[in-house]
Amino acid sequence: MRRDTKFNISKGIDTQLVIIYLVLVIIGWFAIYSSSYNPEIHSTNIFDLSKNYGKQLIWIASAFVLAIVVLSFESRHYMHFAYHIYIFFLLIMLIVVFVGTEISGAKAWIKIGNYSIQPTEFAKFATALALAKFFNEGKTQSQKRYMWLTAFGMIFIPIIIIIFQKDAGSALVFLSFIILFYREGLSGNIFLIAVTAFILFLLTFMLNELYAIAISTSIFLIFWIINRKKKKKLIRNAIIYGCALLFIFSIDIIYDKTLQPHQKMRIDTILGKTSDPQGADFNLNQSKIAIGSGGLWGKGYLNGTQTKLNFVPEQSTDFIFCSIGEEFGFLGSLVILSLFTALIYRILFLSEQHRNPFVRYYGYGVASIIFFHFIINIGMTIGLVPIIGIPLPFLSYGGSSLWGFTILLFIFIRLNNS
Amino acid sequence: MENLIKKRYYVILFIIFGLVAICLIRLFHIQILDPSYKKHAEQNALRHLTEHPERGLIYDRNDSLLVYNEVAYDLMIVPNELRTFDTNDLCRILDIDKEILLKRIEKAKAYSMLIPTIFEQQMSKEDYGYVEEKLYKFPGFFVQNRTLRSYPHPVAAHIFGYVGEVSQKILDNDPYYQLGDYIGISGIEKAYEPELRGVKGKRVVLVDVHNRERGSYNDGELDQAPVAGTDLWSSIDLRLQIYAERLLNERSGSIVAIEPATGEILCIVSSPSYDPNLLVGKARGKNYRLLQEDKKKNPLFNRALSAMYPPGSTFKLANALIALQEGIITPSTSYFCPHGYIVGNLTVKCYHTGTVDLTSAIQVSCNNYFCRIFYNTLSNRTKFPSIQEAYNTWKKHINDFGFGQKFESDLPYETRGIIPSSDYFDKIYHKSWNGNTVISMGIGQGEVATTPIQMANFMAIIANRGYYIKPHVIRAIGKKNNPNHRYTEKHYCSIEAKHYAAVIKGMEQVMVAGTARRSKIEGIRMAGKTGTAQNPHGMDHAVFAGFAPIDNPKIAIFVLVENAGGGGAVAAPIASSIIEYYLKDETKKEELENKLNDSLKK
Repeated sequence: MRRDTKFNISKGIDTQLVIIYLVLVIIGWFAIYSSSYNPEIHSTNIFDLSKNYGKQLIWIASAFVLAIVVLSFESRHYMHFAYHIYIFFLLIMLIVVFVGTEISGAKAWIKIGNYSIQPTEFAKFATALALAKFFNEGKTQSQKRYMWLTAFGMIFIPIIIIIFQKDAGSALVFLSFIILFYREGLSGNIFLIAVTAFILFLLTFMLNELYAIAISTSIFLIFWIINRKKKKKLIRNAIIYGCALLFIFSIDIIYDKTLQPHQKMRIDTILGKTSDPQGADFNLNQSKIAIGSGGLWGKGYLNGTQTKLNFVPEQSTDFIFCSIGEEFGFLGSLVILSLFTALIYRILFLSEQHRNPFVRYYGYGVASIIFFHFIINIGMTIGLVPIIGIPLPFLSYGGSSLWGFTILLFIFIRLNNS
Repeated sequence: MENLIKKRYYVILFIIFGLVAICLIRLFHIQILDPSYKKHAEQNALRHLTEHPERGLIYDRNDSLLVYNEVAYDLMIVPNELRTFDTNDLCRILDIDKEILLKRIEKAKAYSMLIPTIFEQQMSKEDYGYVEEKLYKFPGFFVQNRTLRSYPHPVAAHIFGYVGEVSQKILDNDPYYQLGDYIGISGIEKAYEPELRGVKGKRVVLVDVHNRERGSYNDGELDQAPVAGTDLWSSIDLRLQIYAERLLNERSGSIVAIEPATGEILCIVSSPSYDPNLLVGKARGKNYRLLQEDKKKNPLFNRALSAMYPPGSTFKLANALIALQEGIITPSTSYFCPHGYIVGNLTVKCYHTGTVDLTSAIQVSCNNYFCRIFYNTLSNRTKFPSIQEAYNTWKKHINDFGFGQKFESDLPYETRGIIPSSDYFDKIYHKSWNGNTVISMGIGQGEVATTPIQMANFMAIIANRGYYIKPHVIRAIGKKNNPNHRYTEKHYCSIEAKHYAAVIKGMEQVMVAGTARRSKIEGIRMAGKTGTAQNPHGMDHAVFAGFAPIDNPKIAIFVLVENAGGGGAVAAPIASSIIEYYLKDETKKEELENKLNDSLKK
């Protein structure tokens, strides 16, 4: 940093990312306004703090301040304090496990006055920073041997804490760092195993563990036939197969032991285990109906009937995409998907370009988290994946998630500018 | 190695774009290709409500309200929107059994899954309050207002008819109606259904997930306000109707008064009657059964239009007119009456003796005179080659007066009465019959039967000297000065106008010095004829028919009191009271009302 020039935080930052960020946040606010809009009470006071859209204005304004604060720190501070930040938020999350407030089944919130903060949202950027620092450190030969073990450990610590908070959805988010690991040299096999594990996980939930067993068994048999001459490979195959089965059964146990009743219900519905239209698949049906009824052009802003009349649950948070899908139709959906894809692509592109590998590590972490949130959130609203209660970055209502993602993104923008 | 790792950038990009593409395909499918989501959305959030228009009001000829509407609350059901709900709770609120509840749901489902149908009709205000409060617990149910008929005066029940739920047959044939709609079932309500019903409106409202209405859809773009039904002005004179009903005072019988020049019915009484408010709303079925089971009074029976009585001596006037028209007699034709009409073994008794011409014969109601002219009409072989032809000519004239057929105007439940055909007599008498065989018809007894409305109309014909307009009860539609054009055609009878004078002269004599002389009204020239309708089941019915004033007839009337004996003693005083009441001014009316009230108190 040259001391002789005037300090200017806007100089050299990536305008494309900032613009996409602003567009998403603004679309998000309009969608929240629309889903809280009551056709009977034509209240035009957008600052009404009893309404989600009024509160979201405060979150947005404070997020902008936060972004400027983030940009005003120097990059080396983030590198330097990465572990401190990581440990700080782990401790906060641990405290929440014991003294946190429970909101819709998850004990993941700290209540401050009328507002609740979810530390998990901040643990995401903290973990991304810590992982970046970890990969960036020079490693001795013996350290390298345990590198991946340590890396996985760094994501499993928050996962375990979050599972204790009974917030399975958020816990899954941390698995997305595997994309970063893969980019940084994690064995393709392990990446494949992780992805397979994730798919098996979804299959078990979406269909039935029997299907998952059947599919993994048939894959195993195919490999067995291909490799029947190579004894070594056969043993490895058998081990992998055994692990897969173990994994499937452990999902079942997790399902029974750790999932909340409402989560089980939602998952059961996707499994086709229950067909109570009022029960679990009500959420899913209604969100599909809302989006599906949008057509090509949508019903027009503030004209959505499904979201407006509360058919879609949690419509300003996890199901905010329904509002856009219903009122702006397929074209609106296309715009949102394009913006996210552009955002992620831009982050990955800049990460690859940057000379400092720390930036790349962090960038991949950011992209992984945002991508996972985005694809799972939209996937669940259209019935592609089970309903996992995670917000749509930048759009969903909520201070914690907006702040968390703003910090996540702007640290990258700051780092990219170094 | 580093290069190989670098390639993973593209693998990751491929995965990202691939998953985004899957989402886009899915979105394309549900948003554009699959139309079922749009339908679901509509079913979810839009409720198509029918706005029932207010049925037209009915006023009397002096703008007094006869029929109006009251608000009632119906609990509606949309089977498709039903969710699991606490059936016991609903049963408790509505006070019905669970079986009934399930049955009604099945019925609604059978009709339509989407169109709202009535689940519980006309809830009480308390029930309505309860249900409205708890409606969020019962998805698929909602409350709709509608109106019920109400009658400020419990009179003239028989002509209004009633409104009831539309039948399956009509539902199948007329797309206007939906299950649970109301339709005029009888009387004015039926005859003027297209005017009275108005035009149904519709409203599309948004309903939220808790089954609450949340305002109109698209700012009411699809809504149509209902158009209230057209008001009707009846020809009934409410005060006269009340007065007439009180005169009969629960005795069985009937009174029909018609304005001769227009065919408008001024009052129409069938007694005993009932309060029309009994046949409204939820209690209708029960009350209807109770009225139906009252065999002694038979209040539901519309005597004015459906009851067939032998017309008695009033029928003699018809025979006189036919005999005049056919040239069988002239007004001066005279016969000697030896206390009866005696031919061989046949004797028709007469309380009178002496030589009478037509006028006097009417005045004293001479049986011999009318038997003779009836016989002479039927046995005139110079004019008619056979008894059949003679009888058919007579019958044609009789039918032309409106006897033996329905008017088919706006009146409910008319019967034809009986005027037998010559075939009928050929059959029972094996073709060997003559005037004497059917002689009792000459004096209005025997095989003939007429209804009170037919007799009143016959009086209108005489008052008009030869024509009538179909009797009807609605004189104006929409506005008081917008006449009902359905019934304006003058029906000219087969009897020439010149023949009426002699008959009317005789009828005037009835009032001055004849069988109804005690019922004449001071200052009003009136024509009348008493009668006794023979009743094989008990005491004879008292009959009076007449009109007034003679020169400018304003009212033609027929009165029949069952089992009351001679017409002069009972029926004629009632008729002249009504005529007097109708023709006299306001102050006299009050005086007459008070007098009647006093006499009823005794």
